[in-house]
This record gives sequence, C-alpha cells and structure tokens, in this order.
Amino acid sequence: MVAHDMEKASRTVDVHTLVITGFGINCDNETAHAFQRAGSKAERVHLNDLIADPALLDRFQILAVPGGFSFGDDVASGRIFANRLRYRLGDALQAFVAAGKLAIGICNGFQVLVKMGMLPLFDGEFRPETTLTHNDSGRFEDRWVQLTADPATSCVWLGRGVENGTLINRIELPVRHGEGKFIPQNDAVLERLRANGQVALRYTQPDGVPARGDYPANPNGSVDDIAAICDPSGRIFGLMPHPEAYTCYTHHPCWTRRPEPECPDGAGLGLFRNAVRYAQDKLL
Amino acid sequence: MPHRIEVGMRPGMGDPAGDAVRRRIADDLHIEVDAVQVIDVYTLNINLSDDERERARSELFTDPVIQESVGNGSLDRSYNYLIEVGFRPGVTDNVGRSAAEGVADVIGRSLGSGEGVFKSTQYLISGNLRRGTCEHIARDLLANELIERWVVKTHDEMAALQGESLLGLPIVTDQSSPEVRTIDLEVSDDDLMRISRDGMLALDLREMQTIQAHYRDEAIRKRRKGLGLSEAPTDIELEILAQTWSEHCKHKIFSARVHFTDADGATREIDGLFKTYIKGTTDEVSKKVDWLVSVFHDNAGLIRFDENWHFALKAETHNSPSALDPYGGAMTGIVGVNRDILGAGLGCRCILNTDVFCFASPFHDKDIPARLLHPRRVLRGVHQGVKDGGNESGIPDVNGAIVFHERFLGKPLVFCGTGGLIPVTVAGRPSHEKAARPGDLVVMVGGRIGKDGIHGATFSSEELHEGSPATAVQIGDPITQKKMADFILEARDQGLFTCITDNGAGGLSSSLGEMAQKPGGVEVHLDRAPLKYAGLAPWEIFLSEAQERMSLSVPPECIDAFNQLAAKHAVESTVLGTFTDSGWLECYYEGKLIGSLDMTFLHDGVPRMELEARWEPPTLKPEVIVEDADLIDDLKGVLGALNVCSKETFVRMYDHEVLAQSVLKQFQGIDHDGPGDAGVLRPVPESHRGIAIACGICPKFSDIDTYHMMANAIDEAVRNLVAVGARMGAIAGLDNFCWPDPVQSEKTPDGAYKLAQLVRCCDALYDTCVAYDIPLISGKDSMKNDYKIGDTKISIPPTVLFTAAAVLDDVRRVVSMDVKNPGDAVYVLGETRDELGGSEYLALRGQLGVHVPRVNPVAARRLYEALADAIAKGLVASCHDCSDGGLGVALAESAFAGGFGMDIDIRPIGLESNIATLFSESASRFVVTVPRDHAEAFETALAGLPVTRLGAVIPEEVFRLRGHNGARGEAPLIDLKTAWQRPLQW
Repeated sequence: MVAHDMEKASRTVDVHTLVITGFGINCDNETAHAFQRAGSKAERVHLNDLIADPALLDRFQILAVPGGFSFGDDVASGRIFANRLRYRLGDALQAFVAAGKLAIGICNGFQVLVKMGMLPLFDGEFRPETTLTHNDSGRFEDRWVQLTADPATSCVWLGRGVENGTLINRIELPVRHGEGKFIPQNDAVLERLRANGQVALRYTQPDGVPARGDYPANPNGSVDDIAAICDPSGRIFGLMPHPEAYTCYTHHPCWTRRPEPECPDGAGLGLFRNAVRYAQDKLL
Repeated sequence: MPHRIEVGMRPGMGDPAGDAVRRRIADDLHIEVDAVQVIDVYTLNINLSDDERERARSELFTDPVIQESVGNGSLDRSYNYLIEVGFRPGVTDNVGRSAAEGVADVIGRSLGSGEGVFKSTQYLISGNLRRGTCEHIARDLLANELIERWVVKTHDEMAALQGESLLGLPIVTDQSSPEVRTIDLEVSDDDLMRISRDGMLALDLREMQTIQAHYRDEAIRKRRKGLGLSEAPTDIELEILAQTWSEHCKHKIFSARVHFTDADGATREIDGLFKTYIKGTTDEVSKKVDWLVSVFHDNAGLIRFDENWHFALKAETHNSPSALDPYGGAMTGIVGVNRDILGAGLGCRCILNTDVFCFASPFHDKDIPARLLHPRRVLRGVHQGVKDGGNESGIPDVNGAIVFHERFLGKPLVFCGTGGLIPVTVAGRPSHEKAARPGDLVVMVGGRIGKDGIHGATFSSEELHEGSPATAVQIGDPITQKKMADFILEARDQGLFTCITDNGAGGLSSSLGEMAQKPGGVEVHLDRAPLKYAGLAPWEIFLSEAQERMSLSVPPECIDAFNQLAAKHAVESTVLGTFTDSGWLECYYEGKLIGSLDMTFLHDGVPRMELEARWEPPTLKPEVIVEDADLIDDLKGVLGALNVCSKETFVRMYDHEVLAQSVLKQFQGIDHDGPGDAGVLRPVPESHRGIAIACGICPKFSDIDTYHMMANAIDEAVRNLVAVGARMGAIAGLDNFCWPDPVQSEKTPDGAYKLAQLVRCCDALYDTCVAYDIPLISGKDSMKNDYKIGDTKISIPPTVLFTAAAVLDDVRRVVSMDVKNPGDAVYVLGETRDELGGSEYLALRGQLGVHVPRVNPVAARRLYEALADAIAKGLVASCHDCSDGGLGVALAESAFAGGFGMDIDIRPIGLESNIATLFSESASRFVVTVPRDHAEAFETALAGLPVTRLGAVIPEEVFRLRGHNGARGEAPLIDLKTAWQRPLQW
C-alpha cells in the first residue's frame, strides 16, 4: 500500500504528479503508486483542498484523475465531478493545459475529462464533443482487453514524441466499467479525432485484428473500437482501461502460464514512465 | 412548485437500459414486448427560476451528445403503456442525493432545508399488451412495493396529464410526535408477551419477567424517583434492552446451557456452545500459532500480516432484509461488513470482499408462498446489491460462491465478508487497542438518521412472518460511506480519536452501549442527532439502523481538528454527548432525562437460556446407482448442475482488481474462464507477501449429518488455500452459522433435533480446526432462518460458511488451476471413496443417499503439508481442488481452463464403481498436473501419501476417459465447457 505521504513537494528536479481524490474516486492509491514507480513524486490531493487553493496546481507537472465512482455514477458517470471541476477550477485547468503540462483520466477520470470537455480539446477549448455511456451489454464488467495504438496517434503517454520513451503499440489491460461506450457527437468529430492523431488506443482481438465492435473484444460497443483518446498535443490523455492495475507481472490473468520474467514490471507502467520522462525533458 | 426534468436517449442512439429491461421481461416473466424505452425523471423540489432549471437540465441532467430532455413537460415518444417507478417516502434515494449536489453546483448556492431532488424512472413499453400485464411487470419485476411506488398509464392518459408528476413527492409526512411513552409492566404474563410481540421486541417471557423484576427493585425505584423518571420503563429503555438482549446481538443460543442427549441415550451438559467450541478452538490453537493479534472482542478478528501490518477479517449475513428487498438488503450487507472492518482496531482500510449466496433454484417453477419473492428475482437483486455496494466502494470482490438448495426458498442467505489492513502502529499507538475514556466526546459521523432499519436487530431474531416490518429494510449509500472511510483513515493517522465502532444492527443503542462498557457509562443527547426528516421519536433516533454511520470517542482537545477534517471530506460529524464512568447509560432529549439504564443490567442481565438437544440419526434411503450409463453424458450433466456450473456472468460484474493487488483472480486459464480455488492478493506493493482467501460451504450434507457438513466445509476452504500454495499453521478461520430456529417450542416441534444438529456441527468445528491448527478469529450466527405464514413452514438446511485466510510468504510461488502443458502428468491426490451421499450426481437423480464424505483431518493434514512443500519447490504446474461434482468435474475444469485435453484412466484409483470414482465428493482431494521432468521429484515428495497417476495432458482439445468394465468416452473440451457455462450464462 502506498504511504499517502503528504510531504510537501519541493522545487527539485523531480517530476510532481497530483492525483486527485474524494467523492468516491477509488483508484487513487494505486495510481499514485504507479507514478512513483515511474519516477515521479505523487501526492493524493482531495478535490476540496484543490478548490480551496487552485494555485496548488502550479507545483505539479502532471494531473491524474483516477478511476472510481465519483458521486456514485449518479445522473451520469463523471458528470457531477466534471461540473464541479469546470465551475470551480476551470480557469486553473485551462492554465495548466496552456502551460504544456500533462494530464491523464483513467476510467471514471476519462469520463470526467470528456464530460467537462477537457478532451478532445479541439482548438484548445473545453467543450464536450464526445461522451462515454452505458455499455451495450447493459452491465458493469471486469475483463482484460487487448489494445492497439492508432498508427497516427500523437499520444505522449504511448511514447510518441518522448525522447528515450517506450513506444507502446499493443498492450493488454483490464477494463472495469459499466459506462465505457465511447461516442463522438457526429462523424465530423470522429473524422477530426482520427485526422489529428487523437485516437490513441482501440480495442482489438487477441491477435491484434480490429474488434469491429465484436463483444467481448470490444467490451462496450465503443464507436470505431475507441478505448482512449488524447488532445491534439498528445499530452492530455483519457482511457477506459486501467494501466495502474498492470504495474506488476502478477497482475496479468495468465501470469502463472508464463515463465518468471526478468523484469517484474507490468506493461501498464510504460504509460506512466513515458509521461514522467516527457515531463522531465520538457517541463522541468 | 417542484420542477420536473425528463431525460431520454436521442432517437437513433439506441437504449441499452431499455433493451436490458426488455430482455429481463422476456427471461423472467416470459412476456414478449416489442420495445422498452427508459426515461429518467428528476423531480426538483427546489426553489429555482426557469433559467436555473434550464441550466440544470442542460448542464447537469442531459448528455449533449446522446440524450434529449425536457423541463416541466414530457418527451415526445410513442408507446402503449408507461410505467413510472419511484421510491416511497423516506427510502434512501442515492441518485436524488447526488443530483441535489449537482444542482447546487449549477446554481452556485447550497440547497435549503427541505429542498431536494427525487429520482424516478419511466419505462415506456410498446407491444400488444393489456394493462394487467403491465401491472404484473411493474409489481413483479420493475418495482419492489416495500420501498417503491408505481403507476401504469396509457399514452392517451399521459397526454391528458400534460407532464404532471405521476407519483407525487416522496416526502415523509407520517410523523409521529417526538414524545416519550412509558410502558406499564405491572401486568399479567400474557400481557407481557403481548407487549413484546406488538412492540416487535422479540423478548421471551423469562426476559420480560426479568425486566419487570428489575423495575420492581426498590433501589431502582428510588433512584428513578430522584431523577424524575417514571417508575415504569420508558419506551427508549425497553427498546434498548430488547435490542441489546436480542438473539442477533447477544447470541443467546450460543451462550445457552445445552443438555445434549446422544443417539445411544448418553447425555452431556454443554456450558455454552460459543465458549466450549468456538472460543475453545481458538484457545487450543493459540498455543501453537504466534500470529493472533485480537480475536472475538472487536468488530473483526486481527492477525499479523508482517512486521508492519495487521490483517482484519470478518463475515456477516444479511438474510432477513435480503428476503424482503434483495437489492437493498444485500447492499447493506456488504457496506455493513465493510464498516465492521473500518471499525476494527483503530480503523482498517478495506482491501477485499467475499460474497456467498444461497438461493432456491432460479428455475423454480412451483408456487411462491406469500410474501416471498421468486428465487430468480432474489438472485438478481442480491447480486446487484452486492455488486453496486462493492464496486462503488472501491473494494475488490475476490472470492465467493452461489449455492442452491430448494429450502433456501424460505430464506435466502447472503454472506458478505471483508478483509482489511491496518499499520501495526498508528499515531504512535498500537492499532489494535482502543478504548473510550470518561470525558471523551461521543461523536457520530457519516449519514443522517431516518426511520430506516428500525427493529432490524429484533426482526432478524424472528422468523419471517406476516407482520415483518418494511422499515427493517434499508438501502446502502456507498459513496457517503466511501467519503466517511477516506476521512476516518486520515483522522486515525492523525490520532484524533480513541475508539471507533460501526453503527449496524441496533444503531447508536448498540454502538454506544458497547463503547460505554470500558469507560463505564455514557450520556447521550438525542435531539442533537442529525435527522433525514423531522418527527422521529427519541427511541427511534437511538435504535435506527440508518446506514453509513460510525460512532467514535474523540478527546475534547481533538474535536476541532476532527471536525475540520470532516468538513474537508464533506462528511457530517456531530457531537452527541460524553462518555462517563457513572455506570449508567443515560439518554436525554431537549435537556430532559428520558432513560437511564444500569450498564451491568443492560449487558449482563439477560437470563441464560437452558436448551434441550436430542440427536437421532435420520432414516435415509440407500443410494441407487446405475453403472452402465455413458460416463461423458453423466459428466456433462454434473458439470451443468447449478452448484457446479460457471457463475462467471455474475462474477465478471464485480470489480475484482481495484486497488491493484490481484494475483489469482476468480477466473483463470488461457481464456480467463476456469474456476479458481482461492483468491490471492499482494496487498502491500513493497512486499511479496500475500493473502489467500477461500470459502467452504456445503449445506447439501446437512440432512445426512451436520457433523460432516461442517467438517467438509472447513476442509473445502482449507484445500482451496492449499491448492494455491498456502501452508498449514498459517490459516485463520471465520465461522458464520445460519440455522433454522433450534429452540423447541410450539412453532418448532423439532427444535431439540435442530439443536442437536448444531451441537454435532460444533463438535466437527472443534475437531477439525484443532487438527488443522486453525484459530477462529471471528464469526457470527443467524439462528432464525425459517419462513412461516399460515400452514407453510420452510426451514433452511443448517448451513455454515467457513471462510479461511492464509498469509503467503511469496505470491510468486502460487499455482493456478489450469493445466499448462501437453505431456504433463495428471494425478489425483487424496483418497477417493464410495461417498456419493449428498453429491451433485445423486441430487440430479432426486436422491440424497447415505454415505456422506468424511474428513480425516490427520491424514489430510499430512497430504496438505507435503503438497505445500511440492508447490513451494516449483514442482506443480496446476492444482485444483475436488469439491462439488467430484473428480470428473475437477479434471474437466482443469483441462478446459488450460485449453489442453487429457487422457485419463480412472481404474488405478481402485474403486470398483466408475460412478463413485468420478462423482463421489470425498474430501481432501486435488487434481494436480506436474511437468514430466518433475514427476519423479513430485512422487518422491509425496511418498507414502495417497497419490494416483491417472494419465497425461494432451495437445488435442479433447477429454478422454477410460474406466472399469471397458467403459470409454471422449468429448471435445468445448462440449464440456459449454455444458458447464450454459446453465447460468445470463
């Protein structure tokens, strides 16, 4: 378990990550742990503390909105949390993005980013143009999925544009959601996402062939099998699967069928390492 | 004037929620409808301008990408009938509560008192239906009338209504005035019992007489006079006594003196089942294990995980509430046991849940007795309640079972377990010690108090009957609890409180009554308690089982910091009084003393029960076996038995990986769909140590002999742990008893037999746990699992859930159940005997049988130790426990989970009967596969133990079987897997 050390992050050469918590977010500990393993200092900060002092954000290069059930997914997943961020921290978040910093929303965090319009961030404006809604199955499900990066993606978290980064092209991760079906507002939005390299990850069959909506390879019915998107710069990233749940090889459901690896890390850690490396290079 | 907002999917966007309802109407009620659309309705009882309402509609309630909505009107939809379902007044409305916060954000002000949002749902049904059919759909599928209201309208009727609210505001108006009554106990015995019955007190005559005598005591009378209290007890005093003395809280049956007569007429006296068998077990085993930290006296048992952490474990049942409202009852079960862990020691962080359910068959096709729900509906509701409760709390569900037996129609069993971790030291203090001190403040945190769950403790101490109260049902609010848990763990680390316990059964009465024992008294001001709505009598405030609340003792010097931290976490915190050393529990309302109870009388005054138990072995019909049948067909039949078949549909819906600790998941193998034995976690990322957790439960053996039911349940849990690599001597146990009423009486003429069954079960618990060195670190009993209305009585089969947990030295050495490589040798470990009694094989043929599996714990232990050594040495490729269904099932499951076939010859086992060999459920057995080059070392490691080589893993995806008398069979793996998956693939 990660000690939630609230040690004051000082201005050093360390990358600092703010992991937001409260109101039903529940993956904050392992998300903070993943960033620490990736070489960042990570601090869990309650939303109310951030609202009380938005300038807190200045100390951090990376913002993480973890998974969970903020406000119980009531009304719609992520909506109430998203509104609160937008109304109370909108300016601070705009400034954070404008400063070239990084953000990730995982699962419920992705729903939050999409619903407050921090993704897809066309033209740098917070505008909801896509959504995440109920799975076609009508069910919450926990299962591992195969993901493949869009060849055109600009996603920093997948190693694009990161010096000495790890290029992530295919990765297995667990999904654990009831509202993960990605829907763009219209075809124009979808086209723009593709053209901008903003489609980051798609659900594929175990052999890497596109899922084309087939359940359970595409676990929720997402349009164009989209599992993750980023902003045009590739720095703001949202995904339904949980990379923080694959930071050790023993997290994988088939690890007992494989020889013991030399490196005990899980592949999900690569995403966090890419972001931290990018922040080290560009933001310190 | 309330505002109303309707939200639906935009045409063309699909409606998964509606489609799911349409499928359920077809599956569960066998009614085909053309289409269902779901419309969310929010009724805003908030003083809003039209502009504010429009902003709330567009910014909060409507997804601009996929939804459309209308304020104070109706969406233009076509349908034949509309059903609207909403909560009854006072029922927890989680969506409404969150939506109210959302509206406050939109309009930029907090809501006033009395303002709020109410959620209801409309189902627009298209199809050629009659109104009566829609009423059936509403009553028997969409709504639970105990907590919800519904109305059916045609399209034309709706048009005439012009968007008016159909259900009205569910505001509590039925308010009793907060007065205090006195109850005259100077009455006849008959009237004493009438007072107990009418007041839902569940006290028997001897207990009522004890209370009567207490109030006649001159010293008590004199004291009461001096305090200005009535001579007769006040309502709150009697309610507190009834709650504290309830079977649910006091475990009177397990404390009773039992006179046991054995089958041969021999008699013995048992000085309390709990003391003799349960505490007796732990006392005995504690001489041999050194990792017990705290057992029996706290909310959960605590054991050592490593030098830095303790592990807490507890399981609870929530049967009676789940019978009435499966969803709410089960959800409160899971969030309730989470609070037990949060309240264990100085507050543990919950890291795992387990869930075990017992139902009648979901395919039950006979009449359902009055007030009972169809088992399919109970299953769906219970599963959804546990799923939502666990998932929304962010606690992974890591192990469990669903067990079927026809007599669970009378009462479903819902076992919820939780494990937690706490640092050995918090804020400089040992974390497992806690005590309120005189002068510490009484603080309640979390949710508010309503009439929900009043009389829950006494209600669950009775059978389910006509008058069982609807108020006994609550709905959990996991998010309020999650916020509270986040807050409490921070407050704990800052050392801001001295004691903590949860508010479960009995509410404040129970939590404060218990916490006040150490300091020796408490003074509570009930008018200070935050209420959901006005009009609760003081006793209702004290007894309410409203959820999501903890009671703490906070030193006065810490209260400011405590309250500030609570405010940051948006958690309500209220000082209700002070702990004292007066020796009295004193309740005040608006400054006036309304109740004063002697702490000693309260906790120790209940008269001890004296009970009779008489054991007579039941008369059983010998099993009839036909040997010439096709073994593969038989195997497919057993794989598809409800107690054997895959439960993946249900388990997939639980988050089993949150917190990123998972090492072995419920489903394993190449396609992640083979049934695992124990759940394994690595909870501290810096350490390779792990926790394995498993369950054993086999009520199917109870009608033969509860001794063997218990022994098999323990053995099942233990061998599940051993199968993944756990070691004997590192296993801790929890016993959760669910029994039909075992007290001989007019309504229970066979009470002495049922109590004898309990005694035999306890004998087995002691014998087996002592042989296995398993201390019992916590447990619970639920002793009134009967249904009686009119002439219909259904008593559940006596059931014990045995939960076992072991700390593992290194999770990297654990073994999963799926075969790994062609060429590996296949073994069965343990003795297979002709023990078909109670088996799934016989159950499918309508037989119970005689020869129940018997556990030989001394022999089993030797095998378990050798197997654990072999696993630690890395000799084992896969290991799977043989349980429900027997050897055939374990072989098939191992094979299809791994994606490789098997070539098996069962003759070396040495039993003459192929049927008994394949389907007998003899205990203490495993199917193990071993790489060829380890086979010799493996056989050496297990030399002298019952190890039989049956064949090999083969590359073809086919299962081949050879038996005695030339019996042969083979089947593609996919056929076996399909037979196993299909029955509950919903």
